[in-house]
Amino acid sequence: MIQATNLSKKYNKNTVLSITELEIPKGQVFGLVGNNGAGKTTFFNLLLDLINPTSGSILNNEIQVNKSEDWKPFTAAFIDESFLIGYLTPEEYFYFIGELRGMNKADIDSFLKPFEEIFNEEILGKKKYLRDLSKGNQKKAGIVAALIGSPEVIILDEPFANLDPTTQIRLKKLLKDLTENSKATILISSHDLGHVTEVCERIVVLDKGNVVKDIITSEETLNELETYFSV
Amino acid sequence: MIKHFVNFERKQFFRSTYWQKSIALNILLGFFAVYMILSFLIMGIAIYPILEDKFPDKNPLTIINGILFFWFLADLMMRFFLQKLPVMNIKPFLILPLKRRKIVNYVLQKSAISFFNFLPLFAVIPFGVMLILNNQGTTTGIVWIGTMLIFTLIINFLNFIIESKSAETELSFLPIILIASALFALNYFEIVSFATLLGSAMNAIIGTPFLILIPILLLVGIYYSNFQILRKKLYVDEGVKSKTEEASTTNMEWTKKFGSIAPFLQLDLKLITRNKRPKSSIFILAMGLFYGLFFYPQPMYADKEWLYVFVGTFVTGIFMIIFGQFIPAWDSGYYKLLMSQNIKYKEYLNSKYSLMIMVSIIMFVLSIPYVYFGWKILVVHFATLIYNLGINVYVLLYAGSFNRKKIDLTQRAAFNYQGTGAVQWIVGFPLLFVPVLIFLLPYFTLGFEAAVATLIILGISGIVLHQKLMNFITKKYLQSKHKMIAAFEQSN
Repeated sequence: MIQATNLSKKYNKNTVLSITELEIPKGQVFGLVGNNGAGKTTFFNLLLDLINPTSGSILNNEIQVNKSEDWKPFTAAFIDESFLIGYLTPEEYFYFIGELRGMNKADIDSFLKPFEEIFNEEILGKKKYLRDLSKGNQKKAGIVAALIGSPEVIILDEPFANLDPTTQIRLKKLLKDLTENSKATILISSHDLGHVTEVCERIVVLDKGNVVKDIITSEETLNELETYFSV
Repeated sequence: MIKHFVNFERKQFFRSTYWQKSIALNILLGFFAVYMILSFLIMGIAIYPILEDKFPDKNPLTIINGILFFWFLADLMMRFFLQKLPVMNIKPFLILPLKRRKIVNYVLQKSAISFFNFLPLFAVIPFGVMLILNNQGTTTGIVWIGTMLIFTLIINFLNFIIESKSAETELSFLPIILIASALFALNYFEIVSFATLLGSAMNAIIGTPFLILIPILLLVGIYYSNFQILRKKLYVDEGVKSKTEEASTTNMEWTKKFGSIAPFLQLDLKLITRNKRPKSSIFILAMGLFYGLFFYPQPMYADKEWLYVFVGTFVTGIFMIIFGQFIPAWDSGYYKLLMSQNIKYKEYLNSKYSLMIMVSIIMFVLSIPYVYFGWKILVVHFATLIYNLGINVYVLLYAGSFNRKKIDLTQRAAFNYQGTGAVQWIVGFPLLFVPVLIFLLPYFTLGFEAAVATLIILGISGIVLHQKLMNFITKKYLQSKHKMIAAFEQSN
């Protein structure tokens, strides 16, 4: 589904990302782990064509992302709060995204039903603008919006950060359900080794822009990662 | 500490992408400043001999003192619209070992070194020197200069209060216009003759120089009250306090008629009605509509048809100018979302285009009553409407692809009066004056009808080329997409 070849990003000779070959097959739940500055967000930004690669290319379903916009209909992402429109209410925001993805209000309303548990009555029907919600609630809204319109590729940057423990657990369950019930390819980055090993089938460790580990998740993965990062 | 503050601001200014991209604009501002300085200088030197010549039986100083009220009023108005209040991100400083007093004093004192406080000096000092040279007495000259300086600072801090107060409300510049017109009216109808009062006060100060203490006390008083107001704002909960306004939900079904651009149109309408800064542009619309009343009722403008072009472009294009010049910066807060969502750039731009032309047409319809002052006005307004729809709208959209300055819609942080400044108006100048120039050439050679036709033909050719122009503009936006995203990421 996603294929990066000789992909690199440099800021004034300073290489922040350099991936010779990385392929993510369709339907995989893919985890990206690494310390600050490892290049996780850079990789996602490149995949979304928010920054230009210095060299190489990245294909999303055979479409080179910086050459054509045709990957947009089946790709959704939540990177940070700048993906929210502060002056809309959460409902309006969902309707807006829905409209862009060809869903009407009724579709969205029924789409939102299963998320009521996660929203915990703090998001819908509150007559509040997104800008007035707490960071955690904003994040919930953003993540749910990224799932609208059953996209084939879902990109979530640090989905667990800023969430309360209950929601973290619910989100994990949600992501697992999603992988079982759909063919979506999900890309997640996280600093939380526990969560990421629990949710992802495959984990790639980045260090200073390079892929240093590429693991298919198993019982030992968490230990392996902890040993790696405790150095 | 002050040294650090100054240093931070220098860095913030020069390290922002905005500065690097808009050197041309800065140069233009520079020229404007030099022009103003020279005008004031000439005025300061020349006014004494001119008055002496025209009114030989009066003392020029008394005449000047008599009209100081209008000078101050104009100064206040000009500052309100052009002077930017100091913007400072206070949050990082609040928990540092720093006296709050110091931060407030710094912000206030910084406003005192504004260009707008130096500008009057270029007229005031030469005039004072002229007083001395014309044997009015050295003390008189010095005291006059000193008093004027104090009054300039009083106006500076008065403006600070008015501006920070009106920034909190949604009425934007309505208060200043009300205050200024009230003062003017009270004076004009001689209910309270401020002009005479101020004149005699000034004369009294010159007669007995120690009276200068009164304006000094006034200055101290106004500085102190400013200090109190700002100090109160220096708490995070004042700035961060979630003014959780009740969200209003409107579904705007009628926008559905516009097909694929409907979601963006809804978004833009919500953007305008729910955020302080774009909301103030609605009030500017009202002002724009009545702008013609400054000119049309006066007989001296009756035969100056080129002036109709200016007014017409202004009335039908004011929304374009204030809204259009910040495309796509209005959406800078969530630009990454728009760029990664299932959105065609062209539809996005088309929705902005539709909004601008709709408002222009509405403004034209509302301005039809001006026909009372002559049918030519209506004809010219129509021509300028077509010109705006065919030329200016594309110029603005095209210029938007060079936009690199983020707009913070929330404007929650205290001390943030970002935005309204001289730059905004200067960008509008070419849009307003080019049609006048285009009008003038055929007007003087071929006559009124030909001049009107020229504007209409230009406009129509733009409208005919709509698809081509939009494709070209869209391509420009696509080319600068990554640069825009990077620039909008910057918080300052």
